[in-house]
Amino acid sequence: MTVPAPFRSLDDPGLAGEYLRLVGDSDEHGAVRLVCELLDAGVAPQRIMMDLIAATQARVGELWAANEWSVAREHAATAISERALAAVATRTSVKPYRGSITIACVDGEWHALPVRLLAEMLRLDGWRVDFLGANVPGQHLVTHLHQTGPDAIALSCMIATRLPRAHAAITACKAAGVPVIAGGRGFGPGGRYAQALGADAWAAGAEEAVRRLARNWPPHSPDPQLSAFLGDEEYTYVVRQRGALISTAMATLAETYPRVRDYNPRQLDATTEDMTHIVDFLAAALYVSETQIFTDFIEWTAAVLEARGVPPVALRVGLEAVRTQLQDFPTATAMLTAGTQLVK
Amino acid sequence: MTAQSPVTTGDRLVDTPAPALLRAALDAASEAVLLCGAADDKILLVNAAASALVPELRPGLAAGAGPLPGLAAAIAAGQDSFTDEFAGRHLHGQRRPLGDDHYGWYLRDRTDEVARAGALQAERARTAFLAEAGRRLSASLHQGRCLRITAELAVAHLADAAIVVLPVKRRQSMWVRLVAGGPVDEGRLRENVLPDVPGLVEVLGGFPPIPSKWLDAAQAPDWLLPGDFGPVGALLVTPLPGNAEPAGALILARRGAEAQFSPDDEMLARIFAARAGAAISAAGLYREQVDTTAVLQADLLPPELPQPDGIELVGSYQAAKEALRIGGDFYDVFGPTEHSSDTVIALGDVCGKGPEAAVLTGKVRQTLRALRLVEAKPDEMLRVLNQALLQSARQHRFVTMVVGSVSRADHGRVRLNLATGGHPPPLVLRTDGTVEEVPTSGTLIGAVARTVVHPAEVELAPGELCLLYSDGLTEARGGPTGAEEYGEARLRDALSGCRGMPGAAAVERIRQLVSDWVHGGARDDIAMLAVRAPDRTQLSLRTGARNASPFALDAPRRGDRRVRQRS
Repeated sequence: MTVPAPFRSLDDPGLAGEYLRLVGDSDEHGAVRLVCELLDAGVAPQRIMMDLIAATQARVGELWAANEWSVAREHAATAISERALAAVATRTSVKPYRGSITIACVDGEWHALPVRLLAEMLRLDGWRVDFLGANVPGQHLVTHLHQTGPDAIALSCMIATRLPRAHAAITACKAAGVPVIAGGRGFGPGGRYAQALGADAWAAGAEEAVRRLARNWPPHSPDPQLSAFLGDEEYTYVVRQRGALISTAMATLAETYPRVRDYNPRQLDATTEDMTHIVDFLAAALYVSETQIFTDFIEWTAAVLEARGVPPVALRVGLEAVRTQLQDFPTATAMLTAGTQLVK
Repeated sequence: MTAQSPVTTGDRLVDTPAPALLRAALDAASEAVLLCGAADDKILLVNAAASALVPELRPGLAAGAGPLPGLAAAIAAGQDSFTDEFAGRHLHGQRRPLGDDHYGWYLRDRTDEVARAGALQAERARTAFLAEAGRRLSASLHQGRCLRITAELAVAHLADAAIVVLPVKRRQSMWVRLVAGGPVDEGRLRENVLPDVPGLVEVLGGFPPIPSKWLDAAQAPDWLLPGDFGPVGALLVTPLPGNAEPAGALILARRGAEAQFSPDDEMLARIFAARAGAAISAAGLYREQVDTTAVLQADLLPPELPQPDGIELVGSYQAAKEALRIGGDFYDVFGPTEHSSDTVIALGDVCGKGPEAAVLTGKVRQTLRALRLVEAKPDEMLRVLNQALLQSARQHRFVTMVVGSVSRADHGRVRLNLATGGHPPPLVLRTDGTVEEVPTSGTLIGAVARTVVHPAEVELAPGELCLLYSDGLTEARGGPTGAEEYGEARLRDALSGCRGMPGAAAVERIRQLVSDWVHGGARDDIAMLAVRAPDRTQLSLRTGARNASPFALDAPRRGDRRVRQRS
């Protein structure tokens, strides 16, 4: 039996809530049906992608950060949104008339949905799109460029710790003669770090990227070797001593914060991971010479830990445990101090 | 002031040499001098050097009225110096006051200086152009890109339009055309139109290029350039030297009746073409290699998975950090056949890495495909495979693997019959989040003549998942020290955390956790294959399922038969 679909519009009150509930319940069928009804009602696919799927995804991230949704539910919801996006994509087609573009997440970067959205938005704008997906190692990316010769590459980085690898990828793409547009929160507020890393352009989101690529592309590009090296001896030290910094900090933590000694292996792994993040974000901040990379991370972590009932003293002790090991390094020490001051 | 010559005026000049002598002295100077009255800017005296430089300058003339517009402008603006060009000479004039009532313009011929500076600048521009060409052309191994870059560089530095034509292949020539300010056009030309362009066939045939002055630009065919280009003034056809045969031809065009290509221009174009030709032919070689590799690689890459009714299958393969994307881990799925409704799954690991290991995985997969057609059971498959490998392998290589047959059972359950040969046993994620190891064991495949295989059977309830994985996953080294293995305990924890996720999300999550663990360090191949019984309801991840019925009908995915059975 077929029931005529109700007339749907993005302005329907409660539509966003309904979709969020569907993805949150892993209801693939329901979510796909909803976006198809919107398409049938004549809603532009771009609006469904941006105003419904992308907007909901942002909400899902917030729900996870606020500890209202588990990681499992967040991942499941993302998987459902990918299916809904695929459904929109298969039901819309545009003849490519612009150039070809390769889209990839930087090595170690797993947030594929935002880039998949970008891929579909560009396809609808007339680009021939090669979507390489999440976590694309630099060598694979460069091989792909040599084999397909695209007119542009869009590189996404959502987490600042991947910036050194993003930089290597950007330099390699540009050395292969392909201009790079960067995107994602990892490149900092307003894409500030993207320029330091040698990207030719930056876009805050998929729509901005579509607009940017539609005019004045390719931009004039200086020799990539001019921006090929970043970081200094402090960065080198932190990266090379990463393992020792983390282990020593964990030992210090167990002395100053005795509860750690009673942790089970899983809790210990989680704590080690937090410590790893502190060191990795510090390294990224040193690499780009931007204290804000580190302080933004600390602010975010403090909020996430607070939502999970972890007392702020744990984070402060962790920061201190790293700082005491880096006393000879003024920039790193200043960054750690700035971070500590943010923890209440 | 009526005096004819300033040297005779004023008391100070009494008892000085006669005016004629001073005049002779001025004429003998190599510097050109114009003596002018300060009040009316009239020329009072022109020395011999100045007359030689600009014969039109004569005493009595207003200095600004002469043939030097630069001088006139300097006088009008009250400036003390000017530069001008006259009869092909570059002049520089400097004004010096001579007492209160007079001043002089001292002119210098700087033609040679300007020519030297011009030559230096041109040389620098050539060097910069060739350096840029070298950098940009060597950057890409993609032939299409090399062609575009060649056209772009040529239009930026050599001509108003550039066309790159590749040698004829199957009666056609690929070509790329760019007109300054326009977009790049790409396409193919039929072989029989090539002789329309003067000199092109000769150049593509490997003969020396014909100098531009012998090429009649008017004979250029209409199709060569867009209609709005205008009449072609000059044409230059330059060979692109390649690997012992031409890599193509570069056609340059300049517009306008006066346009020409000087011998210097031709030489520069040839030097540039040599670099472009080397890049284009290297890219051609690379493409041949890539095409060959792609053909060989196609069968070695992970397969597209079938999606049998009522069974969710998700595969994931991550090659060690190499560009080829193939290695010693593999998985494969063989869908139901005419005689068997079972789906056969396999995941394994060939000892060794890289292409050599990948070739063996191809053989193993092909053997399994054949065994599947004779409806062998998983443990039988392993035994036959063992014999086949022992008899065929040139070098001693063994395989560890899991083979299973998957079928649907009642109530949306999925049944697996699994057999392992020296491979880590699969893990099963139950609905309540517990993780169990499938109790199957067996010896390595391809190592010893007699194998021992103990198969096992598992059933998955809706929402439960069975994960086959290669040891690259548990042996991934990373963590804080960078040397610790990920280990089975962490894998079990990670899998447990995937409770309620769709299969794709679960596999992706484990990939992500391991990738974070190794932190970009050296990786082994990692293969995963998950079999999941799909949820029968929107099994809720939150407390309190939205849908109360345990058998919510999901018509498009499940067959009608089954639905009727249930109701």
